[in-house]
Amino acid sequence: MNHEETKAVRFEQISKSFDAAPLLESVSLEIARGEAFCILGRSGTGKTVLLKLMVGMLKPDRGKIFINQEEITALDRAGLLRVRKAVGFLFQNAALFDSISVAENLALPLRHHRGKTENQIEDIVRRKLAEADLEKYRNKFPADLSAGLRKRVGLARALVLDPAILMIDDPSCGIDSIAACEMNRLLLDLKQNRKITLVFVSDRMGGVRRIPDRFAVLDAAHVIFCGSADELERSDNRLVRQFASHEDL
Amino acid sequence: MGIFSFQVVRAAFRPPWELGEISRQITEIGSDSVPLILAWGVAVGIVMAQLVWSSLVPFGAVETVIPAQLSRIMFREMGPLMTGLLISARVGASTCAEVAVLRLTEQIDALESLAIDSFKHLVLPRVIGCVIALPILTTLMSFSEIAGGFFWEASYSRMTFRLYFDRIFDQVGWSDYLLPTLMTVASGFIIGAVSCFFGYTVKPNAAGVRRASMHSVVFGSLLVIIADVILLKVIALWFPENKG
Repeated sequence: MNHEETKAVRFEQISKSFDAAPLLESVSLEIARGEAFCILGRSGTGKTVLLKLMVGMLKPDRGKIFINQEEITALDRAGLLRVRKAVGFLFQNAALFDSISVAENLALPLRHHRGKTENQIEDIVRRKLAEADLEKYRNKFPADLSAGLRKRVGLARALVLDPAILMIDDPSCGIDSIAACEMNRLLLDLKQNRKITLVFVSDRMGGVRRIPDRFAVLDAAHVIFCGSADELERSDNRLVRQFASHEDL
Repeated sequence: MGIFSFQVVRAAFRPPWELGEISRQITEIGSDSVPLILAWGVAVGIVMAQLVWSSLVPFGAVETVIPAQLSRIMFREMGPLMTGLLISARVGASTCAEVAVLRLTEQIDALESLAIDSFKHLVLPRVIGCVIALPILTTLMSFSEIAGGFFWEASYSRMTFRLYFDRIFDQVGWSDYLLPTLMTVASGFIIGAVSCFFGYTVKPNAAGVRRASMHSVVFGSLLVIIADVILLKVIALWFPENKG
């Protein structure tokens, strides 16, 4: 296996602006298969944009993005939909389909892609709900759930197609500390027991510290740090160190 | 909006089609509009009968001619136009607001992230729902307008239902009913495409949803009227025997 084949995600000199204000400038990143990678940054530094660029929901102004060696910046809509089957995405607010039940939220993508019978779909949904400890909420509607539960349902839905890459937009955002711990435990379990590539963004190192193999720090449109947790703590850059020390506050 | 409409047409010819979602939309757009269409139709029928009566009788028209005139107006113009405008307001605004909320709450992005074509899942079923529902609702509207006309006629001239019914179809041929009713397929497409377009491209804030819903109704109604005028002209050119 050559160097490129080991990469799940590769950013090459990506730039993205909104209303002529540059949010990302010449950002390059490589995330290996099976790696857990966390992108840290203050609010508004473009972390979510970075994730959305990775799944082709946004187009970069310049540069190339590769997912499993396929350049997604060159793909049309049909090509992007094909690539996304291998990528799960958990949104910051979970973005559950609010007019259908929890179980239906999980069944919807299965009905679209897998050509499975209703019995098979039901089996998969039951298994995925059990993995996230959500069986008793299967008939509830998203509006009836707490933010933490919604996030867990979002995670179960993102995993329902067994993606090779899972992207998570701030796993602990908007939920209480206990729910955040449960979410982090699920992510740690994913990392340890499956060969899944985890990419997630956060504005604090706090509870997610044990999950990633590597961190990147975004600031002022650039990646100002990329390395392990230990390297992050020893960084010369004050802002980078602040992310590490924040958990001790 | 042109590109969006073109994408809708292109998607309509590319399988797979979401038949379950399409039938749900036909029910929501069609069946749920029936009470409104019936009530509105009867009211318009009464007003139109009164208008036709007061315009023609002073010029010597006998009462028995009036139902025939009324039915021509209902089938050819008032039915299709009123249905288009009513559905543009009722369905256009609600569809636009629904799609806009789906956009704002990232549910459209969530569909896309699950490799589900949001265009095929959300937009196409709503447009097809409107396209199929409009001719059916127009037929209901035309007949309820005629019923409204009968209520007025019966109360004024004591005309029997039998006579009214016979007179209604005196001067009305299939082409008077069929072509204008089929032409509402265009109105259905306009209402569906316009409302989905404004919902899909909404600015992500409350004012954006308000503006999108307003634009959806205003542009939808305007385009329905323009399409109605143009298509009636085309029908008159192709079938000059129906001109009168």
